[in-house]
Amino acid sequence: MTVLDTRVGSQYDSSGHPEVVNDFSIVIATVNGSGSQTANNTIIRSIFKMGIPVNGKNIFPSNISGLPTWYTVRVSKDGYVARRQETEILVAFNVQTADADLQSLREGGACFYPDDYTFLNPRNDVVYYPLPVKQLVKESGADIKLKDYIANMVYVGGLAEILGIDLGKIKEALVKHFNGKAKPVELNYGVVSKAADYVRQNLPKKDIYKVAPLDLTNGKILIEGNTAAGLGALFGGVSLVSWYPITPSTSVVDTINEYLRELRTDPASGKLTCAVVQAEDEIAAIGMLVGAGWAGCRAMTATSGPGLSLMTEFAGLAYFAEVPLVIWDIMRMGPSTGLPTRTSQGDILTAYFLGHGDTRHVCLLPGNMQECFDFGITSLDLAEHLQTPVFVLSDLDFGMNLWMTEPFQYPEKPLDRGKVLSEDDLKRLGSFKRYADIEGDGVGWRTLPGNPHPMSAYFSRGTGHNAEAAYSERPDDWEENLHRLARKHDTARILVPKPVIQTRTGANIGVIAYGSSDPAVVEACDLLQTQGVSADYLRLRALPLEETTSKFIESHEIVFVVEMNYDGQMHKLLQIHSPEHAARLKSVAHCDGLPFTAQFITEKVMSNFQ
Amino acid sequence: MTAAVKEPGAGGSKLNLLGFDRTEYKGKPSTLCSGCGHDSVASQIIAVAWELSLQPHRVIKTSGIGCSSKSPAYFLNRSHGFNSLHGRMPSLTTGAVLANKELLAIGVSGDGDTGSIGLGQYKHLLRRNVPMVYIIENNGVYGLTKGQFSATADEGQKLKYAGVNELPPIDLCLEAIASGCGFVARSFAGDAKQVRELLKAALSYKGGTAVLDIISPCITFNNHEESTKSYSYGKANEERLHDISFIEPQGEIVVDYEEGTAREVRMHDGSTIVLRKLSEDYNPQDRNAAISKLEESQANQEFITGLLYINEGRKRIHEALHIVDTPLAHLNEAQLRPPREALDKIMADMN
Repeated sequence: MTVLDTRVGSQYDSSGHPEVVNDFSIVIATVNGSGSQTANNTIIRSIFKMGIPVNGKNIFPSNISGLPTWYTVRVSKDGYVARRQETEILVAFNVQTADADLQSLREGGACFYPDDYTFLNPRNDVVYYPLPVKQLVKESGADIKLKDYIANMVYVGGLAEILGIDLGKIKEALVKHFNGKAKPVELNYGVVSKAADYVRQNLPKKDIYKVAPLDLTNGKILIEGNTAAGLGALFGGVSLVSWYPITPSTSVVDTINEYLRELRTDPASGKLTCAVVQAEDEIAAIGMLVGAGWAGCRAMTATSGPGLSLMTEFAGLAYFAEVPLVIWDIMRMGPSTGLPTRTSQGDILTAYFLGHGDTRHVCLLPGNMQECFDFGITSLDLAEHLQTPVFVLSDLDFGMNLWMTEPFQYPEKPLDRGKVLSEDDLKRLGSFKRYADIEGDGVGWRTLPGNPHPMSAYFSRGTGHNAEAAYSERPDDWEENLHRLARKHDTARILVPKPVIQTRTGANIGVIAYGSSDPAVVEACDLLQTQGVSADYLRLRALPLEETTSKFIESHEIVFVVEMNYDGQMHKLLQIHSPEHAARLKSVAHCDGLPFTAQFITEKVMSNFQ
Repeated sequence: MTAAVKEPGAGGSKLNLLGFDRTEYKGKPSTLCSGCGHDSVASQIIAVAWELSLQPHRVIKTSGIGCSSKSPAYFLNRSHGFNSLHGRMPSLTTGAVLANKELLAIGVSGDGDTGSIGLGQYKHLLRRNVPMVYIIENNGVYGLTKGQFSATADEGQKLKYAGVNELPPIDLCLEAIASGCGFVARSFAGDAKQVRELLKAALSYKGGTAVLDIISPCITFNNHEESTKSYSYGKANEERLHDISFIEPQGEIVVDYEEGTAREVRMHDGSTIVLRKLSEDYNPQDRNAAISKLEESQANQEFITGLLYINEGRKRIHEALHIVDTPLAHLNEAQLRPPREALDKIMADMN
């Protein structure tokens, strides 16, 4: 205790301040590559297992080791899972950023740090918990290679003791993390337990923050969006995956590879019912999808902005040759290096219009973990139904962070394989025109290569074909084809997932958002209510935009469009969609690499009324 | 070799084993320049497909962009075809062949399509050993854009539009062997018999990708006196490594040759390639010899043709990916969607 007093001087006096239970944020600052992920996952899982709503976000660099990483944990009795601007608890385990991190702590907050570090500018309005990291690591007897990993367990023990995290739950979380392997569980838990003992004996609690068990996470699971996406694809019957590694999409395909043997082994032969090919680049990845989709596979890839750029030409070809395929775009900042590991919703316009010529693509916008799973299935169904590329636009925040969700429900709808003519169909029909619009929905019937009927074969190309798929440079043939593709887009408009609307009685404004902005918008709507502004909220789930959205805009005097990009990309699409109400649409766009906070959205909306 | 003949068809035409006459294998009329080497390749494809009694619906025709890539429209009307993007025929074909392993893919590309914009995809296709016949119609020039050099043009070549080519050529056969390709051949569009025999061998090859680099003169932009990709140059300078005859599994070896004057290469499907020795005894099963021979011929600007390299021993992509024998495109819902219990188990494990 004397050490504490001489190093950081006087501290915050919490006497007279009420306890804050299950409602604060923790920031864990470490150096990337130091293995803090195990420790951070342990914290979030143990809090989750105590029944307390929680969310974790990893703010990390594009680097293998040595650069600063911040892991933020939000604990919320109210179930809010968006990022917060304030930090109540700081784990300052990165000496490069420790002093700056300390400045971001709110008054009365608690700072955990290795006891051999000296702050250059210590504050006297926070509480300090110096942890004897080196000593505890030494005592653990861990192998030198594991030193850094074990050091992180010291802050787990410190947080557990001070905040009241159940050590039993921490052990459960470690068992889960290490798949039940006793040795690493014992080693890690040993350090957690020693650190907790040390704190209990030497560092009395002086801050006001604590956790207490609730029953709000019963039956729920914690999952990353990319895991949900990969599982969705596997349960959606994907049969060819081709991809090129790119952050933050890689874990979609990692998931597919992880579960491939378990889920997609043919029992008779022991072989796989899905091909997974790591391509040489994104051009080849989508090229394989076009070939496979044309020949009858349910084909998908996962990529991010730069990969999307490389896929442009093939996406356009698939659109005009009318080949089904699915592209998951896990959006991030772009281009090039700098902020590739930071989140964004910046590919809306690129994805919607990808290609040259007049292309407009179906884009799905998952807004939670359930939808990341569901849209893994829906996208494959829609692609084959509409014979076109379908994009699923998730982002880094959803894709690479752990989120609470109800367990996923098994799909009840059978696979939609679209309009495919068999040999028997052709015999019965007696004629076949690949691009004829028989039903008036803009979607033609197709045959697959290998169909033995003499009429089955057709020749695919990008532009310049007539309804029979014959080469044609006639202006009227091509214009007719474009009219049909426009009808097909209108068919898509009806088939894509409808927006979800949350209404409030006496609402005086509307809010439109999509994707991972949802948690912050939900919280912001509650905050606005406390400030006398009542908001109806429409969450978009797909492009093309449809009637529900136009009606929503029509029925609100002012509609705020909240999104994580600089230009307000969806805002612009909405203005094009509802030109007569374009002036009602106000853009709340923001792009700094970090997920939205409810406070930011609330302030932006309120500034319109001041 | 004579084709198996069943009975005369309408108009007295011959029928193959499937009962098809040659017209069943034809394509749309060509829109290439009259006399284009690519058209003679297309007509050999038609002849060979008929002769081998290929089932048209089992064939897919794929291509990239360029004069060569237009030609899949000019043969095998009864096969599905896809004229894709410049240099991207390899990836598209890979996807299609993975989707349905029963398909016999004939990809047609050019020297620009394969040697420049598509070089990466070409090499990666070969590395993966995707089962298909990869035909390069190689004329050393970009025709559709009116006469730029391609990467296979010989050093010192002259073109009206592009001037003098100062750079050495990329030898696409050498690249193929370097990438692990197990069937590499070079021919000349003006040597119809050799093209035909090599096409038959390539279409019967079961070891993975078969590359056939056919020097196919561009009658409009690169058929002048000094060109090394012209008809006259080819006719005067072609050096056959051997006289090649392809014999189908059920066929008799009717090519007569004296003991020790020919090599026989038995293929996995039971067919045989007979290579009659010419000036030297060339062994196409010796990879190092093939590489040396190609490097030598490049250094001396010699135009060698024939079966350069054959090896049926490499794993094909379907084996490497451990996918089922049933074409992926034919899998039904029960095979594609895991059961309810599988999801329940995963969800329970995540709790």
